[in-house]
Amino acid sequence: MKTLDEFVALFAEQLDETDPSTVTAQTKFRDLDEWSSLLALTLISMIDEEFDVALKGDDVKNSETIEDVYNIVVSKK
Amino acid sequence: MAFFEFKDVELVGMAAGVPSFIANNLHPLPDDDISSDYAPEDFVKNTGVLERRITYTQTTSDLCYHAAERLLADLGWKKEEVDALIFVSQTRDFATPATSGILQDRLGLSKGTYCIDLTLGCSGWVYGLNTVTSLLSTGCMKKALLMAGDSKAVRPMKISPLFGHAGTVTALEYKPGAKGFQFHCGTDGSGYDAIIIPDGGARNLITPRSFEYEECEGGEKTRMQSRMKGMDVFSFGITTAPKSVKKLAEHYGFDYQSYDYLVLHQANMAMNSMIAKKLKLPNEKVPSCMHNFGNTSSASIPLTIVTELKGKATNARTNFLCCGFGVGLSWATVAFTTENLFISDLVEVDEEGVCL
Repeated sequence: MKTLDEFVALFAEQLDETDPSTVTAQTKFRDLDEWSSLLALTLISMIDEEFDVALKGDDVKNSETIEDVYNIVVSKK
Repeated sequence: MAFFEFKDVELVGMAAGVPSFIANNLHPLPDDDISSDYAPEDFVKNTGVLERRITYTQTTSDLCYHAAERLLADLGWKKEEVDALIFVSQTRDFATPATSGILQDRLGLSKGTYCIDLTLGCSGWVYGLNTVTSLLSTGCMKKALLMAGDSKAVRPMKISPLFGHAGTVTALEYKPGAKGFQFHCGTDGSGYDAIIIPDGGARNLITPRSFEYEECEGGEKTRMQSRMKGMDVFSFGITTAPKSVKKLAEHYGFDYQSYDYLVLHQANMAMNSMIAKKLKLPNEKVPSCMHNFGNTSSASIPLTIVTELKGKATNARTNFLCCGFGVGLSWATVAFTTENLFISDLVEVDEEGVCL
């Protein structure tokens, strides 16, 4: 299982317009300027590929920070 | 584990009927439900849907009727030879009766024709194929038509830029010695509301409130319009479809990568690219028609074969894998071989119901 730091780095890779160095475990990803429903799908793809976990829409909607998403992924492993 | 094999049946012909009107997502019309979430260019890039065929007058059965007339003539089948007609759709002509009977009469098929409707969407063509091949494989019936699709928009309700209208016809024949069809089927009804039209069935009858707009994922919609939990459906598709293909290959002991084509339900480009990537299949083995026709529900697999593989799959023995997945949640994969597949020219129908 990847660490939280590795998850944050993978998350940052999915972003086009946000400086990766500003992305942390506490980043409120839905407040990012570039956050959109399409970016949510990219995130779901990444989590499926890297963790073999099928995330639901509510998992994304009920998460505030990147760490919240990581914790859901861990709980579903 | 739902695995099935039906031998002694061959898929011999296909045709598709589409509305002649072309909607373009780069130039949305007032009727198009374009989200303000992103620019039209981004929508086209991410979904892969540039154009869609749309009609306000032609039902699924109208489009299937014209496609069936063309295919029967092209194949030289006599009307009285058709033993079964299976109609797969979520947009039947009337709440009751079944639409397959209406098509039996309109096409002039015999009163001995076995007619049923199946209410399925994205997975529907593969399920319909399962039903038809199971009926034909005993040899009691010799020829059958499988019709699949969804159609017709109703003003003033707006239409999603992802979906297009189409009605397809697939002709199958009892043929002793034919290799037949292998299926894997699955259902997860816990996701019944991932894609749903809330009102209009017996659970929630139509009331004046059914036509009021309410906020839901993907914008404002009435309770008579299809609404989708996009992220749930995406997650379901990219995980379930590749697994279904792999399970089928494993169960029947074949190498799925050696097949000529994997024809996927045309959900959207992001989803289908991901599925192809997970199965490590090159683009040329995974044909797509969503750029020009959008997501056409149960018509999408046969429409892709009709529009993309005419001249390719029709000239030689061809090994097909087809996988439908979506509303239900329901999914199914089929493997089959065609020997001499006939594909009719695309049938285009105008708003007056005239074939162009």
